[in-house]
Parts: sequence; structure tokens; C-alpha cells
Amino acid sequence: MTGFQKFLQQLINGLSLGSIYALIALGYTMVYGILRFINFAHSDVFMAGAFAGYCFARIVPHHSIFGGLAVMLLAMVFCAALGVFIERFAYRPLRGTSNLAILITAIGVSLLLENVTLLIFNATPKTFPTLIPDKSISAGGVSLTTNELVVFGVTAVLLVALQWIVLKTRMGAAMRAVSFNYQAASLVGINNDRVISFTFALGSALAAAGGILWSSLYPSIDPYMGVLPGLKAFVAAVLGGIGNIPGAALGGLLLGMIEAFVNGSRYSTYTDAIAFATLILILLFRPAGLLGKFQIEKV
Amino acid sequence: MRRWRVCAALSLTAAALIFSGCKPAGNNATGDIKVGEFASLTGKEAAFGQSSHHGTELAVAEINARGGVLGRKLDLLTEDDQSKEGESKTIAEKLISRDGVVALLGEVASSRSLEAAPVCQQRQIPQISPSSTNPKVTQIGDYIFRVCFVDPFQGKMLAKFAIDTLKAKRMAVLTDVATAYSVGLAKYFDETFTNLGGEIVVEQKYSGGDRDFKAQLTTIKAANADALFIPGYYTDVGLIARQARELGLTYPMFGGDGWEAPELITIGGEAVEGCYYSTHYSPEVKDPLVQKFVADFKAKYGSIPDAMAALGYDSAMILADAIKRAGTTDGPKLRDALAATKGFPGVAGKITIDSDRNAQKPMVILEVTNGGFHLLQQINPE
Repeated sequence: MTGFQKFLQQLINGLSLGSIYALIALGYTMVYGILRFINFAHSDVFMAGAFAGYCFARIVPHHSIFGGLAVMLLAMVFCAALGVFIERFAYRPLRGTSNLAILITAIGVSLLLENVTLLIFNATPKTFPTLIPDKSISAGGVSLTTNELVVFGVTAVLLVALQWIVLKTRMGAAMRAVSFNYQAASLVGINNDRVISFTFALGSALAAAGGILWSSLYPSIDPYMGVLPGLKAFVAAVLGGIGNIPGAALGGLLLGMIEAFVNGSRYSTYTDAIAFATLILILLFRPAGLLGKFQIEKV
Repeated sequence: MRRWRVCAALSLTAAALIFSGCKPAGNNATGDIKVGEFASLTGKEAAFGQSSHHGTELAVAEINARGGVLGRKLDLLTEDDQSKEGESKTIAEKLISRDGVVALLGEVASSRSLEAAPVCQQRQIPQISPSSTNPKVTQIGDYIFRVCFVDPFQGKMLAKFAIDTLKAKRMAVLTDVATAYSVGLAKYFDETFTNLGGEIVVEQKYSGGDRDFKAQLTTIKAANADALFIPGYYTDVGLIARQARELGLTYPMFGGDGWEAPELITIGGEAVEGCYYSTHYSPEVKDPLVQKFVADFKAKYGSIPDAMAALGYDSAMILADAIKRAGTTDGPKLRDALAATKGFPGVAGKITIDSDRNAQKPMVILEVTNGGFHLLQQINPE
């Protein structure tokens, strides 16, 4: 294995990890863009997506591309509903009160989701079923698995779809309007509640997709599996500029890449330290993140 | 108002006195002998905890069926530490001060045995770890024992195995830096392997609970080794093996007793076929004692006992034997009796407790073939 092959292999490793971070980061960034608060329960929606996939895989015949996609779609629908439910009953009653109250509620919802899953499935890690037949393709000393290909494909499709929804549809226009000015949006007749519900549904569905892809790559799932990827994705969202959709995707890919290269080096023990140090450095020079626009907070 | 407060304080003190008076009840010469056990019944090492607990439970049931010890029955009090750090210490405190146990059995993971050990040492309650192999565990103090071999022995024997049986000269090592067990085992392995003329060509690290190991494995693949040594736990190892095979790593992988769990195969699948690990016992050993244990365990739990079950069983048996020889459940005397254990016929081999309170006993190497673990060779201590 030459140095260049090794570099290519690490690039693939980093991209597949980063793609999943990107999917989760989008959920953080969309909610922040509209409501200006960090939905800490998002990482547990990711976990719920993986467990939903685990359950659906028992009913739906999988082991083929279409079966796998069907399981993923079902999990996405389930999590979209879960996201809307969480927003309706945990966040909406608090809207308009202090941001801190909502933030703490988010942490509460996060713990609730973890512990309910713990109650149902117990803490023993479950082996995630093989949704898509796993094959390794090797070319020029570099190997790529079918799962990684699916991760790239699904992430790319979802990113394009999201961009299309936000930029080309009426709902997308409404989302941008609410994000731009919450009160003015409602003055021109936008139903803010519906837009916010939609945002949660979209973000949660992406988290579910991330959960399924993650579990296909690393087939061992447990109720706390969302904590670390969730944190990383949050960092990715901030790195790219929180509130900015292409920024979240860029941040995710960048973070995945940093992790792969550091993990492959002698300094693997410092992976997280280096990832977070990068975040601090970037924020020092670009306080709004890579693609974010710096705005002065109006009080 | 002030009088009310004084009243409350006084009655609380009285209550505390009354309840603290209840404490030594477990140590009285009559009634059941209370034995504490803490195990990872749930969580990421649940497979270990469950096995070990079943073994201990079976041993206690057998002892009681034979009429108990000193004419008293054993009462096993089990607590779950959820494979979490920080729980074991609290559990040890609780079992000793609230329930008044005479000895504590546990844990499998060295990190968690190490948490409970200072409590047992301070309270002069003997602790017997069934299967913590890190040397530090029994170094906490003279009340801490174990019924398994230690990592220096395991690491040394694995290095010999790599050179003699695998004919490996260039070794890759992937260590879990988050557990004392893995770091220790890797260190002892490296020492012997280099002394025997081998070369560690690449050493990579991960943290237990990580999911993605491809970056480390890519670096390992680039180093062109003859074999990969993974001194980790089964959940991680299963994922590592899968990802290693996906990256096109074809040479043998092997590890220590942390691999021992059926989950290694459910997670690792075909990737772990042809891999080796060292452990304490194999149900395929042709000793009537072992065969009786396997039959009894199967009758009660419906599965073949693994090493953790065997060691869990031995830990309770050794305790019962020591109580019998000590003639009392008094901490210091029980400790002396445990320390004097010699040639005790355990199901995981003959156990002699040495001056460091570790067990001197044989080790076995198992191979994963056809979705099962099979005995490859048995190695006796020198």
C-alpha cells in the first residue's frame, strides 16, 4: 500500500463518516436557523431512527437495495412524526419564553428518549441487521464497501432534495421567511407553527436516515449511541456556520475527514481534542463559522 | 420552632442509631451468610456480566443444596452496575454497609473491580474478582483476590503463541486506550514479542465504544504485518474485524479473554472466522469436573457455559471453601483462609492463590471456526 493509496483510503473513510455527520448536522442547523435554539434532543432522534430501523427490518423483507431503502423510508417517516410530536408537546408550549427554558427542555427530552429506549430495549447493544448485502469492492489497493456507496448516494440525494425544498418550494420560501423575520412572516400570512412543524419533521427524517446509515456501517446499536455522533454533528454545524444548510454539510464532511486522518496517524488518542481545537481556531478567525454571515445581535 | 428542630434532630439520631444497630445482623453466627455480587448485567459488557452471574448463581445453588457452609445457607445479593463507570463503588458501599455482606464477588472488567476494591480493602471485606486480569486489581490491598490468571501471564503466552503457532514476525497491535485491561495486555504482549525476536511494526489506538476503526485499520494495512493483535472487548472487536476484512486485511487476528462472548460472532459474523483468542477455560476440556459443570449449567440456563461463567462459578466455590476452612465469616480470618488456597480444583483449572493474591492456573487458546469457539491448545503456568 503506497502513501497515495493510504491517503485515498483515508479520504473515503473520512467522507463516509463525514456524510453521516452532515446529515445530522442539517437537523441542528435548520432548527437553529428558524428558532435560534439548539435542539439537543436531535442526537436521540438519530438513535430512535436506528432503533426504528432495527424494528422495521423485522417486518419488511430487506437484504436488497429496495428493501433497505424501504426500511430507511419507514424509519424516516417514524422519526419525522416523532420530531413533530416533540416540537408540539415539549417546545411549542414554551415558545416566547426565555431561550434557556427551551434549551433545558431539549436536554430533558434527550434524556427522556434515551431512557425510554433503555426501558424498551435494555442496555445490551443490539446487532443491527444487514439491510443491504455488504460487499467490498477493491480497486487499485483501495477498498470501498457497498454500504459506503449507499452512504454517499443517499447523502448526496438527500442534500440535493433539501436544497430543492428550501430554495424552490413554497414551504421552503416560508421557512426562509420565518428564519429571516419571525414576526414579519406571520404578518404576511405565513402559518409559523406549520412551518416550524415541517422543519422539525424534515430535520428528524434526516437524522433517521443518518441513524440507519450509521448502523449499517457500524452494526451495533444501543440507547446512548447518539450522544457522540450528535455532539460531533453539532460541532460540524457550528463549524460550517450554524443556521446555514450548505455550511452544515461542509462542516460534517470536514470533521469526518479530520477524524479519519488523525485516527490513522500516531495521535489517534487526540482525535476529539484536535477536532474541537479546529473548531475553536475557526471560530477565532470566523466567528460565524465557515459559511455563516456575521450578524450583530439586535437587542 | 427551635424546639421542633431539636426534636427532629434527636429522633433522626435515634433512628440512625437503631438502624446502624441492625447492620452487623448479616455477620451473626446464625442465619444465612450474605454474599454480595456486583456484575454488568446490562450495558455494553452485559454478556460477560450475565455469564459470570449465572456461574456464581449455579455455584451458590449447589453449595446450598449440599447443606451450605458451616451449617448455614449462602444468600447471594446481586447488584447490576450497568457496565457504567462510577456505579461499582456505590454498589460496594451499599452491599457492605446496608446489607452487611461477608465478602464481595465481582467484577469482570478490571476498571470496575478497581473501583470497588478500595472500599472492600478499607472495610476489611474480602473481594474476589472472578475474571479481572489487570495486575493492579489485587495490588489495591491484601483483601483483594482473583481466581483467574493475570495479564502479564496472558500477554506473555499470547506472544509465544504468535511466534510459535502463527509464525508471525511482524505484528500490528490495535489497543483500546480507554480500558486498563487493554493497555496492560498490549504492554505485556509487546515486551515478550520483541524479546522473542519479533517486531511490532505498527501500534494504533482507539477508545472503547468507538464505532469507526477504518482510519486506524488503513494505517495498519499499509504497514504489511503478519498478524493483528487486538486486546479489546468483544463488541469493539466484532466491529473491528468486520471493518478490517472490508478493507482487505486477510491475515489472522487474535486477542485475549475480552473476546469471549457469543456476541463476537453475531456482530463479527464471517469476519471473525479463523481468529484466535486466549481464555481461562474451554467446555471441551475432558475433565469429569468440567463436564459435570457443563451439564448442570446447560440444564439450568440452556446454554454451554463460557469462561466468565466458569470463573464466576469458581469465585463462589473458592469463597465457600475458604469460609469452611476459616470456620468463621469474620473478615480478617476469612482473608487469611483465602490467601492459603492451594490446588483448589476449579472448573477452570487447578487454582493456587500466590503471594500477590492472584491465581496460578492454566490458559487455553480457542479458535473461531464454523460459527463456534473450539479448543486449540492448553498452556500450563511455568
